[in-house]
Amino acid sequence: MTARNPLTELDRPNSYIGRAVPRPNLTRLLRGRGQYVSDMTLPRMGHVVFVRSPYAHARILGIDTAEAEAMPGVIAVVTGKRLAEVCTPWVGVLSHLKGLKSAPQHAIAVDRACWQGEAVCAVVAETRALAEDAAERVFVNYEELEPVTDMVAALQPDATVIHPELGDNLAFERNLDAGEVDKAFAEADAVAEAEFVFGRHTGVTLEPRSIIGDWNPGEERLTVHQGTQAPHMMQNIIAKHLDLEEAQVRVICHDVGGSFGIKVHVYADEMATVALSKLLRRPVKFVADRIESFTTDIHARDHRCKGRIAVKADGTITAFAIDDMTAIGPYSMYPRTSAIEANQVVNLVGGPYTNMNYRARARVVFQNKNVTCQYRAVGHPIACSVTEGLVDLAARAIGMDPAEIRRKNLIPDDAYPTASASGLKFEALSHHASLDKLLKMMNYDALRAEQAELRKKGIHRGIGIASFIEVTNPSAAFYGVGGARISSQDGVAVRLDATGRIIVQTSITEQGQGSEAITAQVTAHALGVPMERVRVILGDTDNTPYGGGTWASRAAGIGGEAAWQAGKALKANILAVAASILQADAATLDVVNAIVVDKATGTERMPLEEVGRIAYFRPDTLPPGFQAELMTVRHFVPREYPFAFTNGIQASWLEVDTDTGFVTLLKHWCLEDCGTIINPQLVDEQIRGGVVQGIGPALYEHCRYDERGQLTNASMADYLVPMAAEMPDIEIGHVVSPTKESELGAKGAGEAGTAGAAAAVANAVNDALSPFDVTITEIPLTPEVILKALGKV
Amino acid sequence: MTATVSITLTVNGETVRAEVPPRMHLADFLRERLALTGTHIGCEHGVCGACTVRLDGEIVRGCLVLAVQANGMSVETVEGASDSGELQDLQDAFRERNALQCGYCTPGMLLTAQELLAKGGVPDRETIREHMSGNYCRCTGYQAIVDAVETTARNRAAARG
Repeated sequence: MTARNPLTELDRPNSYIGRAVPRPNLTRLLRGRGQYVSDMTLPRMGHVVFVRSPYAHARILGIDTAEAEAMPGVIAVVTGKRLAEVCTPWVGVLSHLKGLKSAPQHAIAVDRACWQGEAVCAVVAETRALAEDAAERVFVNYEELEPVTDMVAALQPDATVIHPELGDNLAFERNLDAGEVDKAFAEADAVAEAEFVFGRHTGVTLEPRSIIGDWNPGEERLTVHQGTQAPHMMQNIIAKHLDLEEAQVRVICHDVGGSFGIKVHVYADEMATVALSKLLRRPVKFVADRIESFTTDIHARDHRCKGRIAVKADGTITAFAIDDMTAIGPYSMYPRTSAIEANQVVNLVGGPYTNMNYRARARVVFQNKNVTCQYRAVGHPIACSVTEGLVDLAARAIGMDPAEIRRKNLIPDDAYPTASASGLKFEALSHHASLDKLLKMMNYDALRAEQAELRKKGIHRGIGIASFIEVTNPSAAFYGVGGARISSQDGVAVRLDATGRIIVQTSITEQGQGSEAITAQVTAHALGVPMERVRVILGDTDNTPYGGGTWASRAAGIGGEAAWQAGKALKANILAVAASILQADAATLDVVNAIVVDKATGTERMPLEEVGRIAYFRPDTLPPGFQAELMTVRHFVPREYPFAFTNGIQASWLEVDTDTGFVTLLKHWCLEDCGTIINPQLVDEQIRGGVVQGIGPALYEHCRYDERGQLTNASMADYLVPMAAEMPDIEIGHVVSPTKESELGAKGAGEAGTAGAAAAVANAVNDALSPFDVTITEIPLTPEVILKALGKV
Repeated sequence: MTATVSITLTVNGETVRAEVPPRMHLADFLRERLALTGTHIGCEHGVCGACTVRLDGEIVRGCLVLAVQANGMSVETVEGASDSGELQDLQDAFRERNALQCGYCTPGMLLTAQELLAKGGVPDRETIREHMSGNYCRCTGYQAIVDAVETTARNRAAARG
């Protein structure tokens, strides 16, 4: 820390909240000593490979497994019908998403495959290679059925209905009408409209999905090693569908090679893997290969959203209207459902602005492509791109600067608490402070001048701005109220051991974002001990309190507060023990640097190891009737607000080559308000990583299907992601508006970058192309898309 | 099945003799036969860089080299390069700068960066980005990695005087 005068909170000993300390778990990862599920080998472990449907839609007439069973090293060949005897199907619906419907999905397809890549048979062998050899000798007799691939055609009366028992291909529809929309459009000085098209893309976690099921018939217990974000949710689901008690299932989450929402869902092939372990009474491991990742990891987005905006000549936005359609594959995912993204789009469009006239329709459609579900920033990139794209169109229609129209319409910083047109409750946001800071950070006026100069030389640079709000710290409103057994609260247990060290068990999980670090920071800060003394245990349903895990930007805000409260409670208990030994008033004592001191003078009284020694080995010396409690547990869930909204604003500065259609990113800024910042470096890196995951689908990432439902670019060579050479440096700034729901005041930061990046980039491209009078509202913005819009191809 | 082939190679300074199927690639050999799981597998078609190892001092994709091709050669993995201490300053810079999140790409990133750093001098950011552009990272957005490599280059240059 740089020296300051007067001393700040951070200059006190053991002050870790707000400090950019390195993560304690990095050394093992840096030395190649991490343990990912894909690294693990258990005795007698079999490897499963799935035979997958080559068709998007096909009836399974018969499966001949005889040759495969005779292949070297084969342990078992199991069809969907056989596996259904040990694993029941599921239906991905939630009761609060009224009308949402889906069909029963089996771990392995039983008589029909509904997307290219759906598993139709499992081969378990001694090695992955032998299982792959044998899988080639499984002969499946298919009758190809008409695939439903186009989302608009899927709703036509003559469309093939994928699940006839459901009546049609419409999984879910939501309508919202707030204020006086028709009146606002009728009285507008200008109306702008566009159809925004969002390609399908996916998470591409560098470690593919990995799971080991280990059924021990002697213990009648199933241990599951899984790269997952939600161990307790998985425990519940696995028990439910394998006819076990939850107590018979233990889920352990080791190091995870990237998640981003991909690893928070229940995958059919992973359920099949644990079911096979139970069936075969031995450990069975599944690691997706890269083609399987592309064809079966959940995809996201794939929206077509028509949007309209009404604006007055003075820049006042008077209405938003959207009609969104999204295609989700043949099943709604389990248990979080595939309707959440569209629902979020309805909730979030127009969210940063004061306008209260808003109409929305969202339709969620079945099709014969891979399933889609919640991926980092669920719905936010859609809502933000539609909103911010429309705001720029409105600004252009009335000849106003994009920054100015936002200043005119963003909710004032002194208006809180308030609510959006869609009914979202906002506790405290900072749109205007964020906008001001962003414009200063990027030197907006100078950049505009530079842009104008370069334009004279035929160099087309653009500035794109995107305000956003982000859902974080979700309460039970997300899933619990809909009947899903997904915990919205988290728990933390903190213990002083006999050598004065601290052991923390938390129900949040670590996938690299820094859960372990911030838990250690908060606990050490609460207790008054050096962070090096704290060891954090997470990701094990046998050894942590019950809780939700890590998703929807919740770990720091919810798990962090539980750690803070548990740490404070343990400190009080430690002081009670020390006071009884020292015959002092606990209120006069404190803990500093792991030593009990006199609060007033700082005089050292006894180190924590002495407190531990006496409490554990010489409790006979403590006063009669006094029981030392050197382990405390606290749980936390926000109660007043369903979600702690955060806000921010991003800007992109880029150059478009109008001859080649290539976009060169020059700089990106993100100003963000996540409340109290526990670790500035970790927050900034979450945002940078999130921005790049938002830039990817804006420019490169796209799961390209053909009209028969075949994924045509299911390899890393064909599906492009951002690489080091194409990415710009990203400047981050903060405004801090802590939530009053917790003492810590932290909100989430993991998805903010992803929420607004694509909108900023798309607006910048359109800004760069403004001399050509074209507006592109489709992503990814490939050279082909740009050249087409320019009429050059 | 094709008969196995006898190979002898040096892995992180130790002599290893093994019988391997001709189709087994080097990354699988290191992970499955030697339990050196620091070499990660991300794509198995040479794109992502997670399986980067050194073969006779040159970085290669472990998934694009067959174990039999490494016969008579010397292989170094992230475990070996960590134990020898040669990556220590780079690892420290990664740790301080949080240039890794999930850590899955990190072994490949370290060995790739070390190749650039071994050329000496202080490469500019564009050169670092270009050099690292064959390695996927889905977590960081790359900036922290570029920072850590740049810092290490500066520190090494300063140490050389």
